[in-house]
Amino acid sequence: MTMSLSRRRFLGTSAAAAGTLVVGFHIPLARDASAQGTSTAASGAAAPEINAWVVVKPDDTVVIRIARSEMGQGSLTGLAQLVAEELDCNWSKVTTEYPTPGQNLARNRVWGNFSTGGSRGIRDSQEYVRKGGATARMMLVQAAADSWKVPVGECVAANGVITHTTSGRSTTYGKVAAAAANVTPPADVPLKNPKDWKVVGKRLARLDTADKVTGAQVYGMDLKLPGMLNAAIKDCPVFGGRVKSVDTAAAMKRPGVKKVVRVGDSAVAVVADTWWHAKSALDALPIEWDNGPNATASSAKFAAVMKAGLDAEQAAIGNQVGDARAAIAAAPRKIEAVYSYPHQNHATMETMNATARWTPERCEVWTPTQNGEAALAAASEAAELPLAKCDVYKLHLGGGFGRRGAVHDWVRQVVAIAKDMPGTPIKLIWSREEDMLHGSYHPVTQCKLTAGLDAQGNVTALHMRISGQSISAGLFPANVKDGKDPVVFQGLNPPGPEASIGYTFPALLIDHAMRNPSVPPGFWRGVNLNQNTIYLECFIDELAYATRQEPLAFRRKLMANHPKHLAVLNAAAERAGWGTPAPKGIYRGLAQTMGFGSYVAACAEVSVSDTGTLKIHRIVAATDPGYAVNPQQIEAQVEGSFAYGLSAALYGECTVKDGRMEQENFNTYRVLRMDEMPAVETIVMPSGGFWGGVGEPTIAVAAPAVLNAIFAATGKRIRELPLKNHDLKKA
Amino acid sequence: MATLNVNGESRSFEAEPDTPLLWVLREQLGLTGTKYGCGVAQCGACTVHIDGVPTRTCVRPVSTVKATEKIVTIEGLSSGGSHPVQKAWVALDVPQCGFCQSGMIMAAAALLKTKPDPTDADIDEAMTNICRCGTYNRVRAAIKSAAKGGETKSAGLSIQHRDGSTT
Repeated sequence: MTMSLSRRRFLGTSAAAAGTLVVGFHIPLARDASAQGTSTAASGAAAPEINAWVVVKPDDTVVIRIARSEMGQGSLTGLAQLVAEELDCNWSKVTTEYPTPGQNLARNRVWGNFSTGGSRGIRDSQEYVRKGGATARMMLVQAAADSWKVPVGECVAANGVITHTTSGRSTTYGKVAAAAANVTPPADVPLKNPKDWKVVGKRLARLDTADKVTGAQVYGMDLKLPGMLNAAIKDCPVFGGRVKSVDTAAAMKRPGVKKVVRVGDSAVAVVADTWWHAKSALDALPIEWDNGPNATASSAKFAAVMKAGLDAEQAAIGNQVGDARAAIAAAPRKIEAVYSYPHQNHATMETMNATARWTPERCEVWTPTQNGEAALAAASEAAELPLAKCDVYKLHLGGGFGRRGAVHDWVRQVVAIAKDMPGTPIKLIWSREEDMLHGSYHPVTQCKLTAGLDAQGNVTALHMRISGQSISAGLFPANVKDGKDPVVFQGLNPPGPEASIGYTFPALLIDHAMRNPSVPPGFWRGVNLNQNTIYLECFIDELAYATRQEPLAFRRKLMANHPKHLAVLNAAAERAGWGTPAPKGIYRGLAQTMGFGSYVAACAEVSVSDTGTLKIHRIVAATDPGYAVNPQQIEAQVEGSFAYGLSAALYGECTVKDGRMEQENFNTYRVLRMDEMPAVETIVMPSGGFWGGVGEPTIAVAAPAVLNAIFAATGKRIRELPLKNHDLKKA
Repeated sequence: MATLNVNGESRSFEAEPDTPLLWVLREQLGLTGTKYGCGVAQCGACTVHIDGVPTRTCVRPVSTVKATEKIVTIEGLSSGGSHPVQKAWVALDVPQCGFCQSGMIMAAAALLKTKPDPTDADIDEAMTNICRCGTYNRVRAAIKSAAKGGETKSAGLSIQHRDGSTT
């Protein structure tokens, strides 16, 4: 059985006293039940599935299965729109549910990839989910035609109703669903022409809003299972350190404490009746740490290592045209600048958490995750049980931003604790402090940009030397070949469909000297597009000013071969009124990039007071994602991208001292709040023919558009983020 | 055994006096709509009303709340999401992940009670809750919509709802 949204809500809010609900989690999907020799009767699912993606109930309710995770980005609704479009069902009767990763495995990965990151949720699965909807529609129509004993070609479907055009007879999906489930799926499944879309492309309301305004939505942190105990954990704050000793007896005297558990060699957990009891006892617990080999690591020391990398001989090449070094050496004029970008924590509003129950026969985990299959793999390893004896039930995420996708450290921890207390469900919640100290951080890099210019101010060559941290080296070392991590070059790749540079230079060299600190890296919303776009777009701005050229005209000259990049830049600039006078005291800055399959640009309007106070008044943004599944949700993603990207630009910085992060909560890791949020105007301009993501690309243009506007306002070129460390008072 | 008045009911519970009200609500009383985000009164995810005053419960010892003081959590704000703020939130599809939204809605409801027609400056001052998804502009639009009796068109979002309405 699949855990439906309503079931999850019920579980969380109704004290979950009924053990039968929990048993419900074990009941497999109708179709694989026979393979497992289990009765399907207990599933309560009167309606068999039409196919993996679609279940139609007798009352015409349509259940659409969603493999990717909903974490706020809206793709649960977008994916349902894609299925519903081809299914031709009644949108007002659509509900959704998550299959589990265990079910996916048991069914030969019929739902494909569960990973929800890289703005891939829709663009990577749109074709097969649409085919799932179309296949189900064809089977439903076939079933109706069979029941009427008429040719299927004489039947049409619309809005969940099938009509025999010749006789005028009609029936509903719900009435023929049981028969449709036994129809042989068609081999040839044509998809609609986008111009005929009725559900896709519409500004539809999200499917998951109602429970979020009443407190009824159950997040991982809210889950309650019968007999459940609560755990709090402290991992050694110094990366790579271990527990030297812990006085367990001190904790056991505290109220409600059941057990103190050593988790691996680096962490201590306290298990208690309530989380507050567990956390209070853990805080009072004397733990002596062995800080290990990184005890003296610091951001300052690592900055020196990266600085040396800027001029190192060895570097992996990501993009090369001609001989840039020679062209720069021969150029009559050379301009050089060094930029840097700090570590940052995702700081999801809901801290990491999971609930696990372990027995020698089976391990189950309930958790908010961006990748149920990766969570399952982590659970299986930690449980020391085969995948088939484990499963993961995905709960709604209180934010993901990349933190809950690649690394499932919290899942490993909770399973280790649960393994220590067989049969008892354990809910582990990280405190905000634990979450800040054990992130998978935005990688830290520096970049030296060197341009050669001719006498007329034309760029003859550009060399971008990136020095610093590789995410792949930290998480997926097999993806690093000959010292090259391809992910490092996001937004700087040669022309192509993914993260390609929007400029043509006569000679170009973009290379990376890998330097990895003792800080675990991760995919942080926008990933390497974030800093790469700052580096390139601010430097382009520097070149324009240095050669006394208007920044938009300067870019246009270099972008002639990149019409899609140019189109979004032109759209943002024109809507913002670029080239016309701004209101008094307001200055504008531009940025554009391409990543996660989409083209984006922004024009920021800022003012800087005489005392150096920055205000970001308005940002006009343009996005070309190829196809726009739900424009009002794209607008929400673009606005959210500015909140995230401007948090980073203004404040985002995690600094290492004595081997550990210094920032432990929102009082030292400040983020953007309402009073600082600019007005955002979003132009959604899908040009068709490709599928791009929308959750991330815009983040990358937030900072450079603002930094370029700050330069226009103050003459100050900020090359080192965040802005909080700089005095913007006019020189 | 101590008692609190929560959402119009007298509720008994057992907790040490220094336990934050947040954790009594979540763990003793089963009201998980109020969220833990920071534990240091920075993010506002734990906001409830105590005698109408928006209060960050993650730092409020339960022993300092009198049994006579009326606590309202997101679950008790209205029946079935019928509070004008909740309706505006739905009309403008405000939440993304939604985790901060209980606190946002409680802060907004308290603001509108004291200032029925808030200016942007009033909103900035009252709404210091953190949202990492970045719903701030829709939050602002929804507060203004609720202040204007549910008028949604000026938000310019043109969202099509399943009941056929457009807001």
